[in-house]
Amino acid sequence: MSEAAVKKVTETTPEEVARIKDWINSEEYKEKNLARQHLVVNPAHACQPLGAQLVAHGFEGTLPFVHGSQGCASYYRSSLNRHFREPAPAVSDAMTEDGAVFGGQNNLHEGLENALALYHPKMMAVFTSCMPEVIGDDLNAFIQNARNEGIVPKDFPIPYANTPSFNGSHVQGYDAMLKAILQYLSEGKKVEGQDSGRLNLIPGFDTCTGNYREYARMLKAFGIPCTVLADISESFDSPLDGTYHPYPGGTPLAEAAEVLNAKATISLQALATKETVKWLSASTEAPVEVLKMPIGVNNTDALLMKVSELFGKEVPAELKAERGRAVDSMTDAHQYMHNKKFAIYGDPDWLIGMTSFLLEMGARPHHILCSRVHKKFSKEIQKVLDSSPYGADCNIWLNKDLWHLRSLVATDPVDALIGNTHGKTIARDLDIPLIRVGYPIMDRVNIHRYPIVGYQGTINLVTWIVNSLLDQVDATCEDRNFEMMR
Amino acid sequence: MAKKIRQLAIYGKGGIGKSTTTQNTVAGLAAMGKKVMIVGCDPKADSTRLILHSKAQETVMDKVRELGTVEDLELEDVMKEGYGGVRCVESGGPEPGVGCAGRGVITAINFLEEEGAYTPDLDYVFYDVLGDVVCGGFAMPIRENKAQEIYIVVSGEMMAMYAANNICKGIVKYASSGSVRLGGLICNSRNTDKEKELIEALAARLGTQMIHYVPRHNQVQRAELRRMTVIEYSPEHEQAQEYRELARKIDENKMLVIPTPLEMDDLEDLLLEFGIIEEEDESIVGKAESA
Repeated sequence: MSEAAVKKVTETTPEEVARIKDWINSEEYKEKNLARQHLVVNPAHACQPLGAQLVAHGFEGTLPFVHGSQGCASYYRSSLNRHFREPAPAVSDAMTEDGAVFGGQNNLHEGLENALALYHPKMMAVFTSCMPEVIGDDLNAFIQNARNEGIVPKDFPIPYANTPSFNGSHVQGYDAMLKAILQYLSEGKKVEGQDSGRLNLIPGFDTCTGNYREYARMLKAFGIPCTVLADISESFDSPLDGTYHPYPGGTPLAEAAEVLNAKATISLQALATKETVKWLSASTEAPVEVLKMPIGVNNTDALLMKVSELFGKEVPAELKAERGRAVDSMTDAHQYMHNKKFAIYGDPDWLIGMTSFLLEMGARPHHILCSRVHKKFSKEIQKVLDSSPYGADCNIWLNKDLWHLRSLVATDPVDALIGNTHGKTIARDLDIPLIRVGYPIMDRVNIHRYPIVGYQGTINLVTWIVNSLLDQVDATCEDRNFEMMR
Repeated sequence: MAKKIRQLAIYGKGGIGKSTTTQNTVAGLAAMGKKVMIVGCDPKADSTRLILHSKAQETVMDKVRELGTVEDLELEDVMKEGYGGVRCVESGGPEPGVGCAGRGVITAINFLEEEGAYTPDLDYVFYDVLGDVVCGGFAMPIRENKAQEIYIVVSGEMMAMYAANNICKGIVKYASSGSVRLGGLICNSRNTDKEKELIEALAARLGTQMIHYVPRHNQVQRAELRRMTVIEYSPEHEQAQEYRELARKIDENKMLVIPTPLEMDDLEDLLLEFGIIEEEDESIVGKAESA
């Protein structure tokens, strides 16, 4: 077809493009954007099954099993794969039209049988995509039938969780699957009147393998035996040795089975472990403590002091020394962060920890945005903001997306964004540095190997954030201000 | 150890009188001092009107439609208390012909569990479920850890008995993987011939019992005109006594079985035996009148 034959519907002049480009940065556009209700643009959350799959990878020899459509399973796999740059092996029972009509039991049965024969897992963690949730598939009945019919051995562990994608986010999916696995494995394993002396540590939906190693290191310094529940550190950060290992890590199943016999449990993400903690508290007399994610000095102090109190052990000298180094790094850098405004977005528990850290640095969390969370969350984060004068004038945006955030930052600017890769278009359009923390990070390498928790994590955050701000100064300052020393 | 809440699901053919029977029975239990919650699992949302004296209770799905999300919904928005302290919730659902009412039931029950509606002071939870179990969502009430006992409302009409038998087939499916059991058939009389004997015979074939024969009485309609149960409207009436009797029998019922549904031929034999249907003359099938 010749060019002349293609009739343009509307002519968009360069002037018109420029006008629109300006207009979307205006107050007027922001008001229209915030009034938007039935459309989500660039969400800051993923769906429930993704959280469930992450948990499954955190257990020894466990194959994540998606009951539902194949494309859904591909999404969770590729999302995890892009973040970790590691394979995220999972299977689906590939429900199609007939499954939607007759129910997915046949798919599930065939899938379980095949997966067991082909991939030799020690456990299969079943969770659902949208379709079986809408048609009301009864996982409990299906799996029980599979056992009764000899499709899978009677005692083969198959915990399951209902994880409808159209409800909640990956955070709820994480919780549902974790609870299901722990419930399944610990069934009948509780020993009354004695404990194993171990600590259960639940990091929550955390895709930073460095954080898991940091927790392990800190507890090792205490000399406290610890079970990290849903330990993904080896699963997504195992040595490259030339051989493919389908299940390279995870919490040993035998250890997870003892969850109710531990001396104590600490959860580091209240919202991502709500149901799990509720169940644990009702099932064991041992203390179940929920702390803030240990980002920054205050939250790390709280964790170490709680561990010290629960186990009657002094905080080790080496950790005290680390604290001193973290405080020193913060002091060295505070003038660059002081009074700087930040927009942060992502998972609720992470936001609470990050807010606390920013306040410690005398920085101002100016926009806090969370895209799938209960309204009670704003009270929680407000409590943190109220603890410091730098928390005044902060805007909390619940159930908003990153296109909203773009308008907010365009009209009420900040010095930097902290969040996942999805914020990079805002950073580019508005020329604001983006410090990449959270999930997913798919455009930079190795970030997930560096902890953001503990004193070590605090030093890392100070380094990344301040250096990004300084890079921005160097890139944009006038020649006369282009200094060797900053 | 807290006492276990007895959870019951009432099934049966559409229009058989499930909601009326459920509410009158629940009123009977409430009159005995029991603490009861009714969860209506039918988009028609008519499972609680006699207890609440209301035209239609605002349903969980009505509120979800209004708020656009289930997450901001509060329990007190959708739970109302009526006669005898009976707590009432209706799942509700979409308009006929659109959306997915089955998912509505799942959403509503999940919501009730998350918001702590199943308080330990409850003695009973009744699920009043849409006539025909049309998809997985309507079987939500009988999933594991929910209703453990099912009662089927039936009459001496052929289609009602077919439906009862079909529901038993569904129960077998769930009973083989879980602990749900059939508690019995409730005969809601239509005054057909030998109805009581017929339902007793059907119950025996299904391996269960006819837990009670509720005779037909216009008093039920008189009470319904005032949106009341008979028990509340006229507690001294003989029909109120029937529902109290049914409530007592359910309260004392220990006969919980996995039913043995009938094959189609066996069911037809039974109907033939009682003269509900006549022997078919295969030689005339498909022949026009003029042939």
